[in-house]
Amino acid sequence: MTTHPVHSPSAGRRPLSWGTPLTYALALAVAAVSITPILYVVVGGFRTTPQIVADPAGLPDPWVFDNYARVLTQSNFWRQAFNSAVVALGTTLGVVVLGLSAAFVLARYVFRGREALYTFFTLGLLFPAGAAILPLYLMLRDLGLVNSYYAVILPQVAFQLPLTIVILRPFLAAIPRELEDAAAIDGAGRIGFLWRIALPLSRPALVTVGVLAFVASWNAFLLPLLVLGDVNLHTLPLGVQNFSSQFSTDTAGVLAFTSLAMLPALLFFTLAERHIVGGLQGAVKG
Amino acid sequence: MTSANQTRNPAGGVATPPAARRPAAPASSRRAETRRKWYEIIGLTTPALAVYVMFVLVPMGFAVYYSLFRWRGVGPPTEYVGLRNYVLAFGDPIFLDALRNNAIIVAGSLLIQGPLALGIALLLNRHFRGRALFRLLAFVPYVLAEVTVGIMWKLLLTDGGTVDALLRSVGLGGLVRAWLADLDVVIWTLLFVLTWKYVGFAIILLLAGLSNVPQELTEAAAIDGAGWWQTQRHVTLPLLGPTIRIWMFLSMIGALQVFDVVWVTSVPAVRSLGASGTMATYMVDNGFFARLWGYGNAVAVILFVISFVAALLFQRFILRRDIEGAITGRANRP
Repeated sequence: MTTHPVHSPSAGRRPLSWGTPLTYALALAVAAVSITPILYVVVGGFRTTPQIVADPAGLPDPWVFDNYARVLTQSNFWRQAFNSAVVALGTTLGVVVLGLSAAFVLARYVFRGREALYTFFTLGLLFPAGAAILPLYLMLRDLGLVNSYYAVILPQVAFQLPLTIVILRPFLAAIPRELEDAAAIDGAGRIGFLWRIALPLSRPALVTVGVLAFVASWNAFLLPLLVLGDVNLHTLPLGVQNFSSQFSTDTAGVLAFTSLAMLPALLFFTLAERHIVGGLQGAVKG
Repeated sequence: MTSANQTRNPAGGVATPPAARRPAAPASSRRAETRRKWYEIIGLTTPALAVYVMFVLVPMGFAVYYSLFRWRGVGPPTEYVGLRNYVLAFGDPIFLDALRNNAIIVAGSLLIQGPLALGIALLLNRHFRGRALFRLLAFVPYVLAEVTVGIMWKLLLTDGGTVDALLRSVGLGGLVRAWLADLDVVIWTLLFVLTWKYVGFAIILLLAGLSNVPQELTEAAAIDGAGWWQTQRHVTLPLLGPTIRIWMFLSMIGALQVFDVVWVTSVPAVRSLGASGTMATYMVDNGFFARLWGYGNAVAVILFVISFVAALLFQRFILRRDIEGAITGRANRP
């Protein structure tokens, strides 16, 4: 349906073969350009700052584990990872619950103004999120929400809703009417149908929108920068930025902190690649 | 879905209870049913609608209001100055530099990332062992946080850093520049970092478009004697049109609002001279950090209007048919 895994179905039709050497050479070049800088950061974390200054492009000699140990024990890394997790999970939950209920109405109810309502939501896709950041900060300040998780979660949910509804609606609309009739025979109302049939059936799409919301929140910087002044509430992106400017002479420490901050995102991406990629592709194809 | 739909069901076949129940139901219960439907509609959409209106639409309205005042952010705005903040913005060379930088980033993103991503997508669309792994690696930069990417490149590009060392070691030491401090170079350095970060996004979308090209067509072309390149040029590329145009749209909107990478990678001093700042960093620098709230909100409105008008124009003249599928429904779905 909406999700199109990268591993296209045609792969099954035509057996994979060994490509030409040129194909591999080019593919290796692409891979090298995209991951060498990342590897450099990770490996650089195992060197000392004097080593790095003496030979910026060298390998660790000897390998030092002190930087990583220092970041994990003496910095705010865990605190910030925890904050990032709370904000990302809160955002994901909000997006999935609100997005599903709105998309369900837009997909399975017939009523006056339905298409207008849908268009109203999709308008948000054209809305530049960054432009609204100053008035958004002022509003959150006046509401007394600044320096709380809600100050990040609520706006993130709001900005993620249009995309979520665009992905979920066709998915929910495609559930056969017969299932809804069958649920009605069993005495379930539309809400029962949503809860017991539509929800389990749309799980793949829900995972996709959930993963997209989670990643967007995990990486978010501008909104937390403005609304989370309290150091104890800082998320990882703020932490990386602060650490790098506070300890700018400790290059090895910054490398270690940066690679530890990348790690969750990389792990998560490897596990959820299908959903992230499929979701982005599905969103574009409608 | 509703009674209207259910009565349209063929009357024949198995008489299902709902169908049987409905015509017999008295008008009052049907009215109760309608009322219940509206309760459900309102109950299920209100939370989403409230959050969306409150945090996406309302702030922009406030921005327009605040932008008409000279205001330090304390107490309610009182010093009405009309459109002076807008006049000031367009008279500030640093803001005009930010506009130029945004223009460079928009054009650079489209002209560099587009062809590059197309080449890589065509490559990774070929059938060969290990393809899935190569795709995964090509996507990685896109999922990293902008901040991490910014810090990473900042470290790699410092004076006498890794990039400089690598260039010297291959005999290209003459190319070495003060990548992030030279006022004439820094915007191109940023463009490079942004390209590295976002080309994966274009690849993801283009691979989706490629997986939709029917294999029968490329095979037919091959049977007619077309080589790989000719097939791509005359069969695949034309069919990729809609995907390319949607990517261009998303890329343009993103480039107009770019903040994170620029903020983290470029030194504030360089930014304040206009060499690397964008509209968004200019807005945050002046509005939030310098506490010129009225002025900052005026910049926010300008940024909003530019992005929104660009989006509408692009949608009107370039997307037209494509967007129907993505934004307004499922009109062009097969």
